[in-house]
Amino acid sequence: MDMTAVQAPEIAYKAGMKILVIEDDREAADYLQKALTEAGHTAHVAADGDTGFTLADEGDYDVLVVDRMLPRRDGLSVIAGLRARGSETPVLILSALGEVDDRVTGLRAGGDDYLTKPYAFSELLARVEVLKRRSGGKDVETMYRAGDLELDRLSHTVRRAGRDIPLQPREFKLLEYLMRHAGRVVTRTMLLENVWDYHFDPQTNVIDVHVSRLRGKIEKGFDKPLLHTIRGAGYMLKAD
Amino acid sequence: MAVGAILRGTGARLAALMKTTAARLSALYLLLFGVCAIGLVVYMTSVSVRILAAQTQETINEESMSLVRAYERGGLPFLVRVVEQRARQPGANLYLIADPNGRILSGNVENLEPGVLDTLGWTPRPFLYKRYGERGPLQAPAEDGSTTAADTTPPHAAMALVLRLPNQLILLVGRDLGEPERFRRVVQRALILALGTMGLGAFLIWYFVGRTALRRIDSVSEASRRIMGGDLSGRLPVTGASDEFDRLSENLNAMLARIAVLNEGLKQVSDNIAHDLKTPLTRLRSRAETTLSSARDEGDYRAALEATIAESDQLIRTFNAILMISRLEAGYSAEQTETLDLAAVVADVVELYEPLAEDHGVALETRIDGRLVVNGNRELLAQALSNVIDNAIKYCAGHAETPLVRVTATRAGGNVQIEISDNGPGIEPADRARATERFVRLEKSRSQPGSGLGLSLAKAVLGFHRGSLELGDAEPGLKVIMTIPARQGTA
Repeated sequence: MDMTAVQAPEIAYKAGMKILVIEDDREAADYLQKALTEAGHTAHVAADGDTGFTLADEGDYDVLVVDRMLPRRDGLSVIAGLRARGSETPVLILSALGEVDDRVTGLRAGGDDYLTKPYAFSELLARVEVLKRRSGGKDVETMYRAGDLELDRLSHTVRRAGRDIPLQPREFKLLEYLMRHAGRVVTRTMLLENVWDYHFDPQTNVIDVHVSRLRGKIEKGFDKPLLHTIRGAGYMLKAD
Repeated sequence: MAVGAILRGTGARLAALMKTTAARLSALYLLLFGVCAIGLVVYMTSVSVRILAAQTQETINEESMSLVRAYERGGLPFLVRVVEQRARQPGANLYLIADPNGRILSGNVENLEPGVLDTLGWTPRPFLYKRYGERGPLQAPAEDGSTTAADTTPPHAAMALVLRLPNQLILLVGRDLGEPERFRRVVQRALILALGTMGLGAFLIWYFVGRTALRRIDSVSEASRRIMGGDLSGRLPVTGASDEFDRLSENLNAMLARIAVLNEGLKQVSDNIAHDLKTPLTRLRSRAETTLSSARDEGDYRAALEATIAESDQLIRTFNAILMISRLEAGYSAEQTETLDLAAVVADVVELYEPLAEDHGVALETRIDGRLVVNGNRELLAQALSNVIDNAIKYCAGHAETPLVRVTATRAGGNVQIEISDNGPGIEPADRARATERFVRLEKSRSQPGSGLGLSLAKAVLGFHRGSLELGDAEPGLKVIMTIPARQGTA
């Protein structure tokens, strides 16, 4: 698996995003800003709900990262306020509350994704980048392509270099998700959430086994690897 | 001083007694009965007085008739004789014969209110008179009783029938009203006596009932103060009388027992947190310290940092599991559940683990019976199943010749039962109960990765669903039996 590992800088080809971080913990916010900048994005920080709302309302951000518990105005109210003003900027909610119903409340308030503290930065980065992508409207496409690999969402067929690759339904969903976010890092948790619809943390990383099976099916007999393991982060589907 | 203290104490007790429900009820009943009694007596009196008056009138009527007949038979002399004869009898009625000017000629009346003889027929109202031989002014006795000459007696009240005889003489036949008056006084006295007795009775009942209730409540208050003071093993007194106080005490005791269990759980959590979180934290800290003092190159630092991240991830996982177990144990809330097909959840989780089992060379067998509808939380149930299946695969891989994990989901009576058995080393019967306690990792499994909370979490999930998780023997290996109530009305 490590044979196909690539380092994070390789994915820096994409255009940087403008991100607003609304977080009251100074150190966490500074760290996030620094790390996001290093990943090629522009990050601004607001330390309370009011400032955050004003900045988000005025500035033209690609993604908002909003802490749920904020001074002056709580995160969910900021999001609801922005949505009420017609803003469609994707929002990632950060929260120390991680129960299923907390997540549902967060998403219902207008959040697009929910990440429980403490989190790994790689997880946050992957989710933020996918959020921007999601708002790009690729969901309506019926055919995904990556190099010589094609996935037809209507006929549920996968071909590589003109050759049919039979997949189980779950493998198809897995590949579909990876291809929709081709060129982006996708974490194991994101796969578990989006392909299996589970939000818990399995004791053993079962996702790795599923991915390596899928990799076997779409790479066996072909020269070029497509499904890469990003160390410490997750996976990325990419044809060079 | 001692007496003062006792008095003060009694006063305080009495004040406390006054505030009891028994006191309020007694007062209310007393008022109610009093009003009823007074009403009844007033009614009875008025009826009796009316009957008496009617009787008097009848007697007077008859008397006057007979006197008129006597006059008709024997003229005035005979009438006078009859009147005087009758007037002498004890308890006699009033008789009076007067001339047309109102001068009294004969009878047993000394004096009467002026104007009584002017109108014929029944006197419109009771009038005052003096019997023959009584002296003094004809006035109602003054309120302050100041007209107390030795030879005066108060005038009497009477009602009478006034007739005119054919020779223009006036005949009055009347009756003293003293009798109804006396009757009224007797009734009044009886009423006062009855009311007094009732008041006294109510007071006694209130005092004894109230005091008993107060004593019971005081003992309960005393016990609860002791419990609040920190003695959580204390219980409220139950007298065995099976009355409402006992029922209350029993319920409160049950509540206390539940609180004690929760408290014990909390204590266990803090103990466990202390142990299972402090150990890795210590490891984390010493690794950082050692690295700082003895790392030679970048590789050393990188390795230390990576180990630190891995360790903190494990810590976070443990921490999350503890929080989740606590939340689940805090109780069931219907909002977090929905009607779902457990068969689908089991199939889903098994599918998730199939590749892993295969990688470990473990055969994963499933038998799922149709639809198994329950009220539950898909996420939680999937997590519980995932933990148990994960364990099963981990423990039988490399242990048995042909490692096998078997998952069956069936309907058993009113429940859905899921059995997950492996042919791994199993758990000794003596250890089984402990295995589902928080943080317990049996010695044999210390080498395996994991928070040690997998089974505890699964058990908490089943508990949350009002089901159960039990461990049994798969001969060989471990069998985990999860039971969850099936949704009623579904097959």
